Amino acid sequence: MPLALLLAFLLITLLGIYLFVVHPWWFPSAAAAGAGAIDHQFTLALWILGGLFVVGQLVLALVVFRARRKRSATYSHGSWRFEIAWTLVITALFFWFNITGERLWSEMRIDQPPAGDSIQVEVTGAQFQWYFRYPGADGAWGRTDAQRLAKPNEGNPLGLDPEDPAGKDDIVSTALVLPVGHDVDLTLRAQDVIHSLFIPAMRFKQDTVPGMDVHAHLKPLQTGTFEIACSQLCGLGHYRMRATMRVVSDEEFKQWLKKREER
Amino acid sequence: MEQRSPITAEIKAHGFVRRVFTTDHKIVGLQYFFLSLAAVLVGTLLSLLMRIHLVWPSAVIPFLGQIQPENYLQYVTMHGTLMVFFVLSTVPQNGFGNYFLPLQLGASEMAFPRLNMLGFWTTLVAFLVLIAAFFVPGGASLAGWTQYAPLSAIPSAGPGQGAGTDLWLISIGLFCVASVLSAINFITTTIKLRSTGMSWMRMPLTCWTWFVTAILSLLAFSILLGAAILLLMDRNSGTSFFEPSGLLVGGQAVAHSGGSPLLWQHLFWFFGHPEVYIAVLPGMGVTSHLLSVFSRKPVFGYRAMVVATIAIGGLGFMVWGHHMFVSGMDPHAGFAFSALTTAIAVPSAIKTFNWIGTLWGGRIRFTTPLLFSVGFVSLFITGGLTGPILAQPALDIYLHDTYFVVAHFHLIMAMAGLFAVFAATHFWFPKMFGRMMNESLGKLHFWITFLGAYAIFLPMHLLGIAGHPRRYSELTGVHYVMVLAPLQKFITVAAIITISGQLLFLANFFWSMFRGAAASANPWECTTLEWTLSSPPASHGFGSREPVVNHAPYEYSVPGAETDFLMQDAAATQ
Repeated sequence: MPLALLLAFLLITLLGIYLFVVHPWWFPSAAAAGAGAIDHQFTLALWILGGLFVVGQLVLALVVFRARRKRSATYSHGSWRFEIAWTLVITALFFWFNITGERLWSEMRIDQPPAGDSIQVEVTGAQFQWYFRYPGADGAWGRTDAQRLAKPNEGNPLGLDPEDPAGKDDIVSTALVLPVGHDVDLTLRAQDVIHSLFIPAMRFKQDTVPGMDVHAHLKPLQTGTFEIACSQLCGLGHYRMRATMRVVSDEEFKQWLKKREER
Repeated sequence: MEQRSPITAEIKAHGFVRRVFTTDHKIVGLQYFFLSLAAVLVGTLLSLLMRIHLVWPSAVIPFLGQIQPENYLQYVTMHGTLMVFFVLSTVPQNGFGNYFLPLQLGASEMAFPRLNMLGFWTTLVAFLVLIAAFFVPGGASLAGWTQYAPLSAIPSAGPGQGAGTDLWLISIGLFCVASVLSAINFITTTIKLRSTGMSWMRMPLTCWTWFVTAILSLLAFSILLGAAILLLMDRNSGTSFFEPSGLLVGGQAVAHSGGSPLLWQHLFWFFGHPEVYIAVLPGMGVTSHLLSVFSRKPVFGYRAMVVATIAIGGLGFMVWGHHMFVSGMDPHAGFAFSALTTAIAVPSAIKTFNWIGTLWGGRIRFTTPLLFSVGFVSLFITGGLTGPILAQPALDIYLHDTYFVVAHFHLIMAMAGLFAVFAATHFWFPKMFGRMMNESLGKLHFWITFLGAYAIFLPMHLLGIAGHPRRYSELTGVHYVMVLAPLQKFITVAAIITISGQLLFLANFFWSMFRGAAASANPWECTTLEWTLSSPPASHGFGSREPVVNHAPYEYSVPGAETDFLMQDAAATQ
């Protein structure tokens, strides 16, 4: 039995190492600014916590294995020296690790580029479709009133108010098209229930909450097509609430905008 | 003549009504135990259906037919609800706690026996109301056990969001009431009914965890009750605590205004995080207890364990925001919740070191309860170490609401918690039923479950790392999710094997109840007071003969002693 336990623990430890080192399935390659820093932080996490996993399982297994043939147990109530020592070590290690993460969080969500420089896109989640709205040449979004104006099958899913001139040049798309290398300021909204915009390749996720306009920044660094998934349970169609993000050159983006505005 | 079953004794002594509505804490404990058993059977069946549907969506299940997407989400919701509330928040605390807290304290009954009885029957009604949701028009709710508004608040937002959700809320409301009543009982019993010489620092660690868990229950379930009432009012009385204006659901305008969906999340998680400690703390107490008994050694660092238990309980109320890093909550709040969540890792680590310290240098008896307790420590380490990853908002942005989180909480709460329940069942079975469970069957069950738990949940982390969101009823909606189907298939196969292995436990349990080897009063040679009574105890327990406690609870292998265990009520000179 003790040998079987030791072997089982070895097996589990090896399985853990295999899964996280060889990783037959893993993150998609990163394609946004800041994604590299997140990936680096995760690698650090793997070393520290993965290391603790291996050490923890093996120590547990060895302690149990070694105790199998003892003739009498060691009578000990513990040791304050050990308690203090391992408390200090764990506290230092975990808090140091946490602070590196807090710094990263600060860069991601607190230090934002000045508002004027970013491309503005509004994202709206509705059961079970994503809509991306661009303000057009005038740089201003038209008023929307979904309750009053977004009738089914009328091609106005966001309920754009035809009386508002600012909305005349708004572009509503079901794909998120962006130029490479520019900061994007997303305004995230939802029409009915909570959804969540998740773009794995950009390491981006933000819940979209009815009644709230949440801002989040994104800066794609590679051209290509990337998949968007919904990651907050929103009802029956949650599993198929997907969209496509296309990152294109500056030139192609301008042409796309022009083509959409002309419609 | 030694009694074989406490139930038989009751039947002989009392009439039917008094028998069924008994206030005997031992029977109430068993009633909770069997209620949880029913809940875990339903909950496990649901998870089996979920796993099969994900990878074989066209499979036809006997009696059920083909599982539809809306069924899947209902199973997700009910699986979570049954397991978190009616299994993990019931059997460790109200099942084993009710039976053994008074006995371990040397008390003849809980402080409020009738309140105890009332708590069980309320919980049973709550369970029946929950199951009824499957059978109403629209079926059970599909919003997950977390019931985020507005999805949970608007009946037209999905099938099951009508009567099914109202029944869910009523069921949980009743469960909250029962939990608060039970908490009052546990707290009062621990403070007032410890017998002579049973000081706080001579209490077994099981009693400490039942006590702290009861305090958490009192404070947390009362919040959930409030939240459930507010949501019921939003749904039925025209209030708008959780819904803003302007909602358009399924082409129809929804007449709410002024509320905040985030308010539901704050209320829910203010309950929800202490809840996971309610679920796991009693299991930690059992693990500490059993590792000591079966290593024939005192608990390593008893005082530190008490401090760690209280720290986990206290800090558990300050970390709820780590469920909300990407919710739209002010990012500055993320700093505070992240730091506090890291803090709670420290007492958890202290406990782990002390468990290993208890085993170290022990003369280990490799019984089934010991195996499950060692398994608890292993699963707690594995599940716990992904906690600091999720505690960092920068990393949680990617991993939130993916299978990485599902793997994390299944390992550290569900599997570890389950292992402690198996350990406790094997350990206390002789005391409850007067018979021993079968060791060979128990060990075989352990091996299948231990290896199976890892086979299911260790690979699941990779699903999350690859970006696979939670609560997807099909794998066919998103391309990068479709690609992960082989990994999902492996997990399903592992789950089928592991779940099948649980039949061994059921067979062992029920066969042993009637045909197991007769148990003596103290078959494990354990020092705590419940083992001074017969197996099972007479219905009056200690009766008027209050035990006098002279020793700490874990005096094993005391140098120079005749035996390697010293009963807590042994004479003071020993």
